Amino acid sequence: MSTNESTASNSARRGKAPAGERVADWADGRLGIYSLAKTNMRKIFPDHWSFMLGEVCLYSFIIIILTGVYLTLFFHPSMNEVEYHGSYIPLQGQLMSEAYNSTMHISFDVRGGLLIRQIHHWAALIFLAGMFVHMMRVFFTGAFRKPREVNWLFGFLLLVLGMFTGFTGYSLPDDLVSGTGVRFMEGAILSVPIVGTYLSMFLFGGEFPGGDFVARFYSIHILLLPGIMVGLMVAHLILVFYHKHTQFAGPGKTNNNVVGMPLLPVYMAKAGGFFFLVFGVIAAIGAIASINPIWALGPFRPDQVSTGAQPDWYMGFSEGLIRVMPGWEINLWGHTLVLGVFIPLVIFPLVLVAIAVYPFVESWVTGDKREHHILDRPRNAPTRTAFGAAWSSWYLVLMMGGGNDLWATHFHLSINAITWFVRVGFFVVPVLVFIATKRICLGLQRRDRDKVLHGRESGIIKRLPHGEFIEVHEPLSQEALHTLTAHEQYKPAEIGPTVDENGVERKVKGSEKLRAKLSEAYYGEDSQIPKPTVEEYKEITSGHGHH
Amino acid sequence: MSSQDIPEENLPAEQDTHGAVRVADEKNPFADPGLPPHEHRVQDIDERAARRSERTVAMLFTVSMLATVGFIASYVAIPRDKAIFVFPIGHINALNFALGLTLGLALFAIGAGAVHWARTLMSDEEIADERHPIEASPELKAKIMADFKQGAKESALGRRKLIRNTMFGALALFPLSGVMLLRDLGPLPGTKLRHTLWSKGKLLVNMNTNLPLRPSDVAVGSLTFAKPEGLEEHDENFPTEIAKAALMIVRLQPDNIKDKRELEWSHEGIVAFSKICTHVGCPISLYEQQTHHVLCPCHQSTFDLSDGARVIFGPAGHALPQLRIGVNDEGYLEALGDFEEPVGPAFWERG
Repeated sequence: MSTNESTASNSARRGKAPAGERVADWADGRLGIYSLAKTNMRKIFPDHWSFMLGEVCLYSFIIIILTGVYLTLFFHPSMNEVEYHGSYIPLQGQLMSEAYNSTMHISFDVRGGLLIRQIHHWAALIFLAGMFVHMMRVFFTGAFRKPREVNWLFGFLLLVLGMFTGFTGYSLPDDLVSGTGVRFMEGAILSVPIVGTYLSMFLFGGEFPGGDFVARFYSIHILLLPGIMVGLMVAHLILVFYHKHTQFAGPGKTNNNVVGMPLLPVYMAKAGGFFFLVFGVIAAIGAIASINPIWALGPFRPDQVSTGAQPDWYMGFSEGLIRVMPGWEINLWGHTLVLGVFIPLVIFPLVLVAIAVYPFVESWVTGDKREHHILDRPRNAPTRTAFGAAWSSWYLVLMMGGGNDLWATHFHLSINAITWFVRVGFFVVPVLVFIATKRICLGLQRRDRDKVLHGRESGIIKRLPHGEFIEVHEPLSQEALHTLTAHEQYKPAEIGPTVDENGVERKVKGSEKLRAKLSEAYYGEDSQIPKPTVEEYKEITSGHGHH
Repeated sequence: MSSQDIPEENLPAEQDTHGAVRVADEKNPFADPGLPPHEHRVQDIDERAARRSERTVAMLFTVSMLATVGFIASYVAIPRDKAIFVFPIGHINALNFALGLTLGLALFAIGAGAVHWARTLMSDEEIADERHPIEASPELKAKIMADFKQGAKESALGRRKLIRNTMFGALALFPLSGVMLLRDLGPLPGTKLRHTLWSKGKLLVNMNTNLPLRPSDVAVGSLTFAKPEGLEEHDENFPTEIAKAALMIVRLQPDNIKDKRELEWSHEGIVAFSKICTHVGCPISLYEQQTHHVLCPCHQSTFDLSDGARVIFGPAGHALPQLRIGVNDEGYLEALGDFEEPVGPAFWERG
């Protein structure tokens, strides 16, 4: 009887329920959307400007997919030679590949085609730049710590795949500059010992340039790499939802909660709106800023080249590696070891892997197995911050090497001098930046400490009855005191006694010693300023006349 | 506007009567004071301000609609080859400019409207949500381990080693088929990288005029690009052949040639070198006639053409290969053989 009643009331309600609810009911009965909404509809997202950097990446990726699909409708990934008869007069009658020809068609004869091409390319540059800055945010605030190391790796893979998707993408039009870039890649592959020539023959279907690489790059560019990237991006987002967002320390914000606005409606409107903001800005850039004007570069010919040829910016550091490396070649027993090209080819992934493995190195040094949801301020992790800054400077030095000809012509410098600067700077600049950054961080820690203990400089000068001038320091609010002292400070790991209570010597493993040394470098006396304790604070604030 | 028209009960002072004043914790001044009280925006307490925000959002959405109309109008009305002058960009394609700006505005206005709506009219009260550890509880872990053991035991994989080993063998071998299928991606290298189209008696044909060169065509100080006789731009394999055979010809004073072999392989001071850089294969194209240096514009490898094209700067690892040339009976420049060493980037088998 009770079941009858409930069915009756159910059907009665169904009759009255609004259409939206009925659709939702239908979907819930098949997809279980209500359970999904229970945890996610009012999910809390903390607010901080730096948290939108990842959104820039996501949205520019979506824009790339949308515009890319449009471009595939017109692009012919073929290297068959054709004569140009389109509407761009200067190239009339010129021989070119069908790939170049169809890109010209998109640029001049499809209305809006040039715009979509430019949006596609600009969005790719912004996508890569966004990932870099997003990773810097995650790195410098320690957001990669447990439980987020795997998500850091997903993000890292997206960066690397993004670089190669970009490279294969800008090689597709088969213009003079991109063709030269492909030639460079072929030269680099040839330098690989033993298998280099085989790899090159298999990649190009024979000798360079052959007739295959545009078609092969095309399937890699539009299917293989983006397919993997979509998967990684979905996994990345699922993990962001699952781990919940990190937040900075502050009043009411702990390691066990997440404080912010709910997904519905605030975050949905802000994040959804932000997609349109990003798309709008990139569309406007596509309207006013020309990018990769292939008609001015001309079709690719392996015996022609132009000056000032540059890859897209994210490949600049590899270009720097290849330009500044001395041309070492070892000829022995009828074989050639092309160190001048092969060493840069090996360093290229190592530069990237250095940042990929960093979270694991740091967690090994700290031995910390806890979950971290409160972000570090960069100054409170001086060694990490210094490492990140040193890596960035390394990257920038190499990028400078990659554009040594442009530096030379724009600033009237000697190209030899720039090359030598980069060769030396490759080793020296990161070290200098590391030392300088660490000192700056320690200085900022001291400032925080002074602020907590002595209060904020109010800027008010008071003259005491006996003539002395003092500056009035205003004590901080409890919110500020809490925020400035919320960070944790590790103690350097110790090896412990090497002789046990019975006088037997314990073997200390090399890795253990290394760990103790690194830990000392990270958290020793020279690497952090002890944060103020409650006792120090009370002593100073209770003593009158002390500022 | 003045705050006098706002109803009293909407003002923040009215709402924050309970527990607004917090004293610092006596025991621990650094203790977490908890979430600060919510601060009201003007839209929360003044309906007129809220209505103004509403109008702003609606206006932005309207702007977007108008911009889309503008996009369609531009698409239809503007000829695709019309150029306009826009300061400070210069002459640009009018259609691209109009389409991009209208599309950009249509999208941006939607975004700006949504964000303004969220910032001014939706609740900005911060809410705290609990986190839960990612790790499973020990009980759950124990249950999973037991389940796994049970499953593994039922499969008998550990006990029946023969099944296990042959299965691993089969799984390890089958991807080899996939590797085999990649074999026909390209031919084996063989000696392909060692040979070019040049051979004894092939005339040097000027790349620009498509006519065979005579010594008198090559002036001192000039740089001429040449291809082997018989290779035409329309040929199907032209790009692949020219990628190896491209030649650059310069004329030096024979006294200026320092390298003995270079002098022997030249003709009246005319020398022919491979145009393909020995670094990673860019075509070299910058010639400095006073110093006889050539520079690769890609990675700035610099070669001295008066001294056997040896590397004097940059990342290239060895000198440019020289082509031995002479003059045939009719007075045309001809090759006296192929390059003696492979042209272009170095590789393992080069030796």
